[in-house]
Amino acid sequence: MIRFILNEKTIATELPPGMVMLDFIRYQQHLTGTKIGCREGDCGACTILVGELVNDEIHYQSMTSCLMPIGNAAGKHIVSIEGINFKDQLNPIQQAMADEGATQCGFCTPGFVMSLAGYCLSKGEFDQGTAIASIDGNICRCTGYKPIERAAGKMATILKERNGEDEIAFVTRKKILPDYFTGIKNRLLEMNTAARGRSVPDPAGLKARPHIMGGGTDLYVQHHETMSSADIHFVFDHPELNGIHKEGNKCILGSSVTVSDLKRSPIINDAFPGFQQVAKLISSTPIRNMATIAGNFINASPIGDFTIFFLALDAQLILTDGITTRELPLRKLYKGYKTLDKRPEEQIEKIWFETPGKDSYFHFEKVSKRTHLDIASVNTAIHLKLNGNTIEQASLSAGGVGPVPMYLQKTSDFLKGKEISDALIGDSVEIMKTEISPISDARGSKEYKTLLLAQLIKAHFMERRLLSS
Amino acid sequence: MMNIDSYTHVRGESVYLDDIPLVNGTLFASVFDSPVAHGKIKSLDIDAAMKMPGVVRIFTAADIPGENQIGGIIADEELLASTHVHFCGMPVALVVATSDEAAKAAVKKIKIEIDPLPVITDPREAKEKNELIIPPRTFQLGDTTAAWTQCDYIIEGSTATNGQEHLYIETQGAYAVPQENSAIRIYSSTQGPTQVQRTTARVLNIPMNFIEVDTTRLGGGFGGKEDQASAWGAMCALAAWHLKKPVKYSLHRMEDMRMTGKRHPYSSDFKIGLNKDYKIVAYEVTFFQNAGAAADLSPAVMERTLFHCTNSYFIPNVKATAYSCKTNLPPNTAFRGFGGPQGMFVIEAAIAEAAAALNVSPILIQQKNLLKTGDEFPYGQIAQSEANECWDKAVNLYDLQKLQQEVDAYNNNNKLSKKGLALMPICFGISFTKTLMNQARALVHVYTDGSVGVSTAGVEMGQGLNTKILQVAASIFSINPERIKVNTTNTYRVANTSPTAASASSDLNGKATEIACVAILQRLKEVAAEEFTADISSIEVKEDCVFVNGKQTDWSWNKLVQAAFVKRVSLSEHAHYAPPGIWFDTTKEKGHPFTYHVYGTAITTVTIDCLRGIYEVDSVKIVHDFGKSMNPIIDIGQCEGALVQGIGWMTMEEMLYDKEGKLKSNALSTYKVPDIYSVPKEITIHFLETEKENLAIFRSKAVGEPPLMYGIGAYFALFNAIKAFNPAANIPYDAPMTPEKVLMSLYPQTLKENK
Ligand SMILES: Cc1cc2nc3c(=O)[nH]c(=O)nc-3n(C[C@H](O)[C@H](O)[C@H](O)COP(=O)(O)OP(=O)(O)OC[C@H]3O[C@@H](n4cnc5c(N)ncnc54)[C@H](O)[C@@H]3O)c2cc1C
Ligand code: FES
Ligand code: FES
Repeated sequence: MIRFILNEKTIATELPPGMVMLDFIRYQQHLTGTKIGCREGDCGACTILVGELVNDEIHYQSMTSCLMPIGNAAGKHIVSIEGINFKDQLNPIQQAMADEGATQCGFCTPGFVMSLAGYCLSKGEFDQGTAIASIDGNICRCTGYKPIERAAGKMATILKERNGEDEIAFVTRKKILPDYFTGIKNRLLEMNTAARGRSVPDPAGLKARPHIMGGGTDLYVQHHETMSSADIHFVFDHPELNGIHKEGNKCILGSSVTVSDLKRSPIINDAFPGFQQVAKLISSTPIRNMATIAGNFINASPIGDFTIFFLALDAQLILTDGITTRELPLRKLYKGYKTLDKRPEEQIEKIWFETPGKDSYFHFEKVSKRTHLDIASVNTAIHLKLNGNTIEQASLSAGGVGPVPMYLQKTSDFLKGKEISDALIGDSVEIMKTEISPISDARGSKEYKTLLLAQLIKAHFMERRLLSS
Repeated sequence: MMNIDSYTHVRGESVYLDDIPLVNGTLFASVFDSPVAHGKIKSLDIDAAMKMPGVVRIFTAADIPGENQIGGIIADEELLASTHVHFCGMPVALVVATSDEAAKAAVKKIKIEIDPLPVITDPREAKEKNELIIPPRTFQLGDTTAAWTQCDYIIEGSTATNGQEHLYIETQGAYAVPQENSAIRIYSSTQGPTQVQRTTARVLNIPMNFIEVDTTRLGGGFGGKEDQASAWGAMCALAAWHLKKPVKYSLHRMEDMRMTGKRHPYSSDFKIGLNKDYKIVAYEVTFFQNAGAAADLSPAVMERTLFHCTNSYFIPNVKATAYSCKTNLPPNTAFRGFGGPQGMFVIEAAIAEAAAALNVSPILIQQKNLLKTGDEFPYGQIAQSEANECWDKAVNLYDLQKLQQEVDAYNNNNKLSKKGLALMPICFGISFTKTLMNQARALVHVYTDGSVGVSTAGVEMGQGLNTKILQVAASIFSINPERIKVNTTNTYRVANTSPTAASASSDLNGKATEIACVAILQRLKEVAAEEFTADISSIEVKEDCVFVNGKQTDWSWNKLVQAAFVKRVSLSEHAHYAPPGIWFDTTKEKGHPFTYHVYGTAITTVTIDCLRGIYEVDSVKIVHDFGKSMNPIIDIGQCEGALVQGIGWMTMEEMLYDKEGKLKSNALSTYKVPDIYSVPKEITIHFLETEKENLAIFRSKAVGEPPLMYGIGAYFALFNAIKAFNPAANIPYDAPMTPEKVLMSLYPQTLKENK
């Protein structure tokens, strides 16, 4: 039995927990405002809000309902567009969209409205930039986005007035969202989710349930049919698998930490000053709210952004099957295309890495056909320990240039102990070429990928003016 | 007036195909399509699929009672493959089951054996092998052969433009519900309800009056649902007719992408000749259109390529030949611009190539050759040109000289980042080029409570057609727009409709609505004239009231309507409109095919990151000929949306088929359309208000397609930015200009070393 609140209504359902929320909303509840454009997280037409209790406070995020299992909704507040409508009037988001001409065929529109509703419930700063960032997962084929940008801007202006007022109090007072939102927190507390205890890792359970579900953003894209009725081990909401903390130089991530968790984390932003820019290049707001780092590793895409990021940091995995636990360097996880040094029943429990020190330089580069909300053609990360202009230690990783996410051992070794110079970069690129084996596919020809990686290696050095030309 | 659908759109209350409440017992369909691009079917094994839970029946070509034929222009396309498959994604069988999941699961169990036949994906290869959809056509003006001798410079080259996936966010679909006496109602996400009706009638061998097609609205069409919505309607109807049960099919995105056709890729050769004054003296061009495996709308698309082969320029000697080449790809189809953009790209490339050879700015050549009123198009029509007005206005209003200086200064100051600027004038003819399609009907009812219902032949798909129709009715009757409702498009209410396409629907349906409203109003005025014993010419209806000789009476609109009803005066009208004066003689390839042309000029500026090969569009500044816009919000929306779609086609939208004819860019994860970050930082649109008479509704010119072609400017701006980094770059005229192509052009040397 899964219990959650959908809009105003309490739901208790025996439907398979692997059913996606989109189907539940549209075909079980017959709420048709949530649209289907792709079922792959790539269009945002199905965007909903998910409110969950964090330390007894309710915290809303946008998610794509096409990739969200109802099993990940237990104990939460799910909001579809029907849940934000006022009886006979438009709320300010809707009014702004209508006034600006931001809706043509209208098919993408509920998704945009929901993303903006998520923005209205977010904690961050409000300006044109953050407003647009909140709709970075929504595709519109009709408008060319300009009127949508203007509507989003209007919302940022309204939200600037919030000035530290509680989000829910503000949005209900301003009639942005209906009054019933004020009562949700207590209803969730009451519901107090016996259901959520369900995912306590029990050893037998792990063996019996072969499918480990994080945010579902890879699983539903790749195995949609099997997941809807599969026996699933949910790890997304496990409190013990959550959280980012630091012990000395060691940064430890729980396995259900999402990209958005990283983005919000002071520890991460401290360790990686350019992190917001990196995160902006990875998927979209609703996907980042679901996508876990552990899922990115295990999915083993040769182009996984966080895999490449953490390969350069020499991250370590703590794997457990519920009985035995072992530690494995991420660099040793990949044995071949989508084959891993991991038994099916082993689960990532934690990920840890040493944060780059003061003498370190860390940088990540990604180029894709479309700069945002796209999978990389090539991505790469570098971690250098420097002594003046001398490289004391180098770790270079690259994706999209081999069957697995690659740690470029030879190139890294070559850089070690050398003085940074144009010539050195040129030479290292030649070594890089001997290590990689890109193939031509939808993301580019192998010639392009080789050239691109060479350019991105240069970019690593130029970005922080380690190199001038 | 804002789009009348805005209110329900922003609340998620607008109804699209998949939102229609289902009738009890509804079954779900899913297609099994060919995994091979060309071959002879040896065997089709549906036994395992039939045994899957929930499966009700599986239909194949043998189950079609009528003609297994959906070809609109040429009867060359089967609904379900009978003996041969001609493209990957060609429907072979239709599984019908009790749920969508069950149907899809069963599709996976169907096995097919196919003896492969040679696969052609390249239009030039098809032409070599004489695989043509129709015989080639040539448009000619003057005499190019003689003209070459008058040219001081002659430049030749080749170009390619890739296809484009429509990516309407709502996928294709249909829902067929059986009615008594074997009639069928089909809800269809189509731009052409009559096309769905006609196709279904043919497939089921029942008369058209037994098939009601109803369309509320589309979640985007862009041409993709003009002809290609028919197959799904016919399939659902086929199953519903056999099973006497409602059958629905709403395609999964990947099914849609792999089974439907797209914008036609073209490969072209040009030869352009100029004199010392940079006047273009002669232009020869050969187009190889990649039509895909069946005609679909390709002949008409090819024709429009020829119509627009000289874009906004006057060239005295032109010879343009086009081949519609048959390949083993899904039949390509209408897409905003309908072949026009492909033709325009080539002349722009020819000008760019000539400019490079002559070492002048392409802007100079473009400007010197703009069309003037009185100039003749290669197809014989005489231009009523706004080309120079738009161009000059853009150059002055946006200060081209300053923009160019800024770009040059930026390029001097930056080594690894370069800007490029390009101008893109457009000229686009309005009307279906097939003259007979230029007709529409409207049915207007005034109800006794004073409310008004309007039905037309046009389909609302976001372009704001219904809003404009409502404006027409409200303005003729001079009543509160809230009294008026525009109804669904329905083949029982309005028959024999042309598809909503060719940017002409507001004109055609708007005029038909106007005629109907005027007729009703005339009758109402007669009633008032009698009541007030006044001359009919002194009667006016204004703002819901009757006026006599300019003086308000105590008769309201409602009272007038009731009085007319009591007098047994008809409160309904069905009107027909066919624009006058258009014709085309295909034996001579001359005529006057367009009611008017739309003009404009865009200035596009881009910036390339020369380290990574990625880029941004900084700004697009447009002067557009709207005529006298009747709805600026909607018209700006059309203009911006089309522009961005055009930029997508020219930059990131890369359709990829492999040599076996399999679509590689088959999902939103591999086919990228513009997102909010990739659109121009700035779009400015200036309305060139032209007061001249034209045949547009309320003189508000058609706006759906023309602005798409401004997107071509983005290609040439990128082209110029690459040249700024690497003047020696030998950039193939091969759109889209993806980051891959940019990087490869920036560093051709490094590339050779890699090989
Ligand atoms: C629209 C879209 C855009 C995307 N963009 C990007 C992008 O820009 N860059 C990028 O790198 N990726 C991208 N992805 C891919 C995906 O979001 C990431 O790989 C994400 O990190 C996967 O995490 P998840 O929690 O959703 O994984 P899931 O789908 O839940 O799981 C993925 C795999 O990991 C396994 N797994 C999950 N958690 C654990 C665990 N704790 N222990 C063991 N196994 C586990 C699952 O069994 C499964 O095999 C995108 C996906 C979508 C849909
Ligand atoms: S349907 Fe496209 S993101 Fe969910
Ligand atoms: S309004 Fe049609 S997709 Fe956005």
